[in-house]
Order: sequence, then C-alpha cells, then structure tokens
Amino acid sequence: MKRALQFLAVAVALGATGLWLVTGANRGWTKTSVPRKTLDDVTGIEAITYEKAFKPGLDFLGAAWLGASVLASASLLIRRKPTNESKL
Amino acid sequence: MKRILISLLAITAFTSAALAAPLSFDFKDPKGVNNVVFKLDAPLEAINGSASGITGTVSFDPANPAATAGRIVVATASMHVPNPTMKEHLHSAMWMDVAKHPEMTFEAKSLKNVKTTGDTTTAEAVGTMSVRGVTKEVIVPVKLTYLKDKLAVRSNGTMKGDLLVLRANFTIKRSDFGINPRAPEEKVSDAIELSLSIAGAAPR
Repeated sequence: MKRALQFLAVAVALGATGLWLVTGANRGWTKTSVPRKTLDDVTGIEAITYEKAFKPGLDFLGAAWLGASVLASASLLIRRKPTNESKL
Repeated sequence: MKRILISLLAITAFTSAALAAPLSFDFKDPKGVNNVVFKLDAPLEAINGSASGITGTVSFDPANPAATAGRIVVATASMHVPNPTMKEHLHSAMWMDVAKHPEMTFEAKSLKNVKTTGDTTTAEAVGTMSVRGVTKEVIVPVKLTYLKDKLAVRSNGTMKGDLLVLRANFTIKRSDFGINPRAPEEKVSDAIELSLSIAGAAPR
C-alpha cells in the first residue's frame, strides 16, 4: 500500500508535468479552447473563432503537484508490514 | 414651358436628395466576422476574450461622414474567454450578469474632429455606453471605412450594396459600470481595453 501510494504520487507529478510540457508549457491559466484568427479579405477584419483544445496551465500543474504531495504524505503515515526478519 | 422647367428642377432636386441620403448599415453579421476583443490585466495572465454577438445599425452618409450616428449592441452571452471557470465568473451576477443584462450598447449621437481621406474617416464618436444597466457618456475614437459596392464581393454576388467597416480602440473603467467592484485592482485591473472591429452592410 505504501509503495502503491508513492508510485501513484510520482506518476501524478510526472504525468501532469509531461502533459503540461507536451501541450506547450502554458504559463497562464488552463484553457479548454484556443482562439483561431482568420482574415476577412474584403473588410480586413480578423475574425476570431474558438477551437476546443486542452492547454493545462500553472493552476493545473499546481493542483497536480499538490495532489502528488498529499499522496506522498499519506504514504508516510502507512507503516510497513513487518517482515519475517524483523519478527525474529 | 415654365411649368416643365420647374417640374424638371423639382425632379432633379428630389433625385439628388435621394442619392445623397444617408445609408443605413446593418451590422448583423451572418459571416460571424464582427467581434469585440476585451482585455483586463491580471497578475498571472491578462484576461483576454472576445464577443461576437453583434447587431445594430449605423446611418452613414458618404457625402457627409460627420453626420454619422447609430447604435451597436453586443450580446453579453457571446462573451468568451478560454478558461471555463473564468467564463462562468464573467457571465455571473458579480461580473456581467448575463441573465439580467443580456445586452451592452453603444449609441453614437454625433461625431467630432472628423477627418476624411478617401474612403476612410477618423473621428471621435460622442455618445452613451450602457453596460449592466449603467449608462455613461463616452467619447470613442473611431475609424470608418466606406467600401462602395463591396457587398457583392463579400456575398459572392448574391447581394448588391456597400459595406462600412467600423474600428474603435478605447478603454472603459470596470468601476464606472459596477462590474465586480469587490475585485481588488491587484488581482484584476480596473481598466478594460476594448477593440471593436465590425462591418455593416447596406444592400441596394
């Protein structure tokens, strides 16, 4: 159980950091849509439409690390099962 | 003979007046190009978004751009920011109160400091702005570009007429319109930068 929690904590921290890096290391807030600009040739106006895209931000990273810390801390509260050697 | 001359003069005068009459441009945009971009400074990242639900009419006389007047309406529900929680807050009662105030409007009553070069007119539009039920007198720098006979190009030949492009960049204060007065300026700036880029059509 202790090992499982520690493994999960590392997985959450690494997974979130990896996802954050892969999606462009957004240093702002998490976004679920991104603006796409297209030029209207006749008027010269840039039209803005939004496309669905998940771009995790620093809030996502912070929450993931916090979650990982909670899991790692919880693992410290679990005592290891005594092994046969320690029983002797 | 005299009567014929008088009749001819009257017809000429009437036709000239009709030709010189101001055109009414409808800013309802089926192409979804019209937009207003808003920006508020904030510590981690500026709040950037846009609104596209724009309607309204502007009366514009190419022979007398100084006589321009009109009303532009923005549907508050069309305001979008890329962060879903932020968007929820933006539409909430504390911020834009979309349920209670579905529209914000700008009504231009007159233009001053009008300068026209070719098809482009720059001026200061004097009028009122209504946001969250609060109406304030404002002066907005505007740029009007009259595109004669360009509606056909834009509508792939299905309509004939003219286009009017209206651009305006200006700043309003959040506190002037009661937009979340509790939010401290250290977290969200009081100034809201607005950038309006819209085109209206006057079919013939």
